[in-house]
Amino acid sequence: MSLMDLTAVELGKKIKEGSVGVREAVKDCLKQIRAKEAKTNAFITQADETGVLKRADEVQKAVDSGELTGPLAGVPFAVKDNMCTKGILTTCASKILSNFVPHYSATAVEKLEKAGAIIAGKTNMDEFAMGSTSETSYYGPVKNPWDTDRVPGGSSGGSAAAVAASEVSFALGSDTGGSIRQPAAYCGVTGFKPTYGTVSRYGLIAYASSLEQIGPVAKDVTDCAAVLEVISSYDSKDSTSFNRGVPDFISALDGDVKGLRIGIPKDYFTDDLDPEVNAAVLAAADRMKDMGALAEFFDLSLVEYAVPAYYIIASAEASSNLSRFDGVKYGYRAGDYEGLHQMYKRTRSEGFGEEVKRRIMLGSFALSSGYYDAYYLKALRTKALIKQAFDKAFEKYDVIIGPVAPVTAPKLGGSLSDPIKMYLGDIYTVAANLAGLPGISLPCGRDSNGLPIGLQIMGDCFNERSVLKAAFAFEQTRKQEKSPLACGKEAEV
Amino acid sequence: MKQYETVIGLEVHVELATKTKIFCGCTTEFGGEPNTHTCPVCTGMPGSLPVLNRQVVDYAIAVGLATNCEINRHCRFDRKNYFYPDNPQDYQISQLYEPICLNGYVEIGSGDKKKKVRIHEIHMEEDAGKLIHDAFEKESLVDYNRSGVPLIEIVSEPDMRSAEEVLACLEKLRTTIQYLGASDCKLQEGSMRADVNLSVREAGTDELGTRTEMKNLNSFKAIARAIAGERARQIALIEDGKRVVQETRRWDDTKEESFSMRSKEDASDYRYFPEPDLPGIFISQEWIDDVKAGEPEFKEAKKERYIAEFGLPVDDADIITDSKRMADFFEKTAGLCDNPQKTANWLMGDTLRLLKEHDMDADDIRFSPANLAKLVRLTEEGTINSSVATEVFEKIFTEDVDPDKYVKEKGLAQVNDEGALRETVQRVMDENPGSVEDYRNGKEKAMGFLVGQTMKAMQGKANPGMVNKILKELL
Repeated sequence: MSLMDLTAVELGKKIKEGSVGVREAVKDCLKQIRAKEAKTNAFITQADETGVLKRADEVQKAVDSGELTGPLAGVPFAVKDNMCTKGILTTCASKILSNFVPHYSATAVEKLEKAGAIIAGKTNMDEFAMGSTSETSYYGPVKNPWDTDRVPGGSSGGSAAAVAASEVSFALGSDTGGSIRQPAAYCGVTGFKPTYGTVSRYGLIAYASSLEQIGPVAKDVTDCAAVLEVISSYDSKDSTSFNRGVPDFISALDGDVKGLRIGIPKDYFTDDLDPEVNAAVLAAADRMKDMGALAEFFDLSLVEYAVPAYYIIASAEASSNLSRFDGVKYGYRAGDYEGLHQMYKRTRSEGFGEEVKRRIMLGSFALSSGYYDAYYLKALRTKALIKQAFDKAFEKYDVIIGPVAPVTAPKLGGSLSDPIKMYLGDIYTVAANLAGLPGISLPCGRDSNGLPIGLQIMGDCFNERSVLKAAFAFEQTRKQEKSPLACGKEAEV
Repeated sequence: MKQYETVIGLEVHVELATKTKIFCGCTTEFGGEPNTHTCPVCTGMPGSLPVLNRQVVDYAIAVGLATNCEINRHCRFDRKNYFYPDNPQDYQISQLYEPICLNGYVEIGSGDKKKKVRIHEIHMEEDAGKLIHDAFEKESLVDYNRSGVPLIEIVSEPDMRSAEEVLACLEKLRTTIQYLGASDCKLQEGSMRADVNLSVREAGTDELGTRTEMKNLNSFKAIARAIAGERARQIALIEDGKRVVQETRRWDDTKEESFSMRSKEDASDYRYFPEPDLPGIFISQEWIDDVKAGEPEFKEAKKERYIAEFGLPVDDADIITDSKRMADFFEKTAGLCDNPQKTANWLMGDTLRLLKEHDMDADDIRFSPANLAKLVRLTEEGTINSSVATEVFEKIFTEDVDPDKYVKEKGLAQVNDEGALRETVQRVMDENPGSVEDYRNGKEKAMGFLVGQTMKAMQGKANPGMVNKILKELL
């Protein structure tokens, strides 16, 4: 049994009570990372031990003096490597940023540090968060703690694997089209994507600015709510962040779903959905009905347009967002070039991986003169229609439930050869990004290979509480399952 | 040769006088050490995000209202994508689809020659950094201090037909924007930059010819020369049976010719799209009303008032109100000495002369209205004579001396003591019997010589009227 097997809130409680020291928690975390990294490759950068222990002592002092009273004080966490961390290498899993050490931290990271949580390292991911498998990383693929021949999902695969393998208490991920929820589902952990504008994007290295949010990847719903309370806040440095007042999420976890109106999009349950996933998700709906919730199927429509609209908008924004990586100011610069234009071309050709280049080209094309209306504008109109469809649905339902992904975790190496197929795998998650909705992914069963199946619950914008309420109630009906790589079991793997 | 008409439109960039940059809190102050007025936002660091400076919108609305534009109540920013090292994000945040001001005009000329130049739009955008090419090294350096300094771009319709009209339009824009305090609008320093779009067509036809865009115009004179040069170049092409190519050209004012920079064919596709990091800006009627309420008295109104209220000649009123700085200076000084005419004389005469000699403009005036007001009083009260006043004024102009103190310290007060004057005049006559003789023989000129000698003997401080009177008496 390791302290990293505990949920973040459980560990925080022990630290506050004094039964576990902060130094002890941090040391245990570093030990777990060292023991499991060879199998998961979940981290790009592990925290420097001296620095992190010094920080542990500072936090201990603040806990002892009553200065730090929050549930996450002293709890070690990991940060996806697309969020800036002051003084710590921040690579986006790309060669082009393989030497980039920011002198500022992302607002969400700063908030957690201020609450006493301690950075244990930076997690591996798909390069620039582009991918659904965490295999496009310059630092090698991440492996799924349930079966290391399989992918952990992506792009926050390192964060999900690190939590699933009990390397850390919790992690931050980012979700542009499902990048928190899908790896959480593949790794049997819980991941939350907040309403667009809830968590500051300052310091998050942008992939698709209008779609992405930072959110927790954690061991359970309670941890998600606790982390959300810390990181949700208006930030004057992010013009797209909303002022939602003092966040109050934990109080929604009362287990009571009596009368809760649940909508199940009929359009999600087609032949493309793996039968075992289909069955597990519908069984979850039944379980909630048993608890007094009202659930029914409805027509969401437009589902088939979500993936194309998403890939056009995301790629278009990415093609512009990633321009700044040009070898001029920071990051990788090609060694051999003549003149400015060759420097640009070689730096970017050598610095970016295949999938990133594919999306830059796709996005540049979609924005180019003569095609802008046909692709980008049409995608924006589709986005608006999808939002309308959800608005209509949320007039009738408090939450919408469905699968997270059509299948459970696939084998390593199989997905990248067919990008279109990989893109279609995002069908259930991208809609929440297009419409800005909050969504959670939590385990709801396992398939015949023993792999975790995820359940997705979405709510209306700014209605995180209903999502958390429903998720928590469902979570109470199941026993928490740990991956084979989680603490205490690694010897058996 | 056929008769040709020149058709000209303008694109004018104006650097706004905000204290901080358009999307971050860095200072816009000029002249810091390279890359010291920077932060993650204006250097395009990963993860940084822009936050709009409200003052920029205020200024843009003010310029829009002053140029009779409609204010776009739902404007937003777009990204203009292109790679260049002075552009740290490799996109410029600008406005293409929904600019802040639309469909305005400015009026130029007067009387029968009054004419409207229509404004197509005004949009807000950020300036780029500055590249420094070291002649002795292989490397180029970049300074991002200017990166993110706010600009507005004013785009006119092709409504001008001559260099005079172009200069009148620019002058009008400059005066208006200076009066608003939105910019100092200095062409030489780059806080106002004008690109000229020019085409020619046979007189009497309606169809527009192929236009070129001329850049690098650093003074009004250069603009006039560039227009003449480009007009001649295009006419020569057409007369030769050749085609004008749509392109961007760079004006070289020392060689007095232009060079092609890039043609339309190799113009880049900027792949504009709405800036996702900045929400749209909703401009309420209240916001517009607030800006409107803060409008200053503009040049035309001031000029009329100076003529009516102070009785200034039309030309004086026109020149003094050319610059808000000068007009403010005039009003303050006139108020202090209660003598608008004499104040105007000082500004129109010695001030303009000295500004010109020092290659300065009204914004560079360093002396205080209080000291000029004192000088006006000293001359009006007869404490100093006019030639001493000119000498004292030069001291005020360069060192802002207090004329009361200066006159006292240097003993420059006018000598009005009749006894002393009579004594000196007598001595001068005694020393110059030849001139006295000449005068008495009818040579009027000799009088001037004797006055001059008397003034000289009294170090210029003698009351010239009295000297004249005494001389005549004694002669």
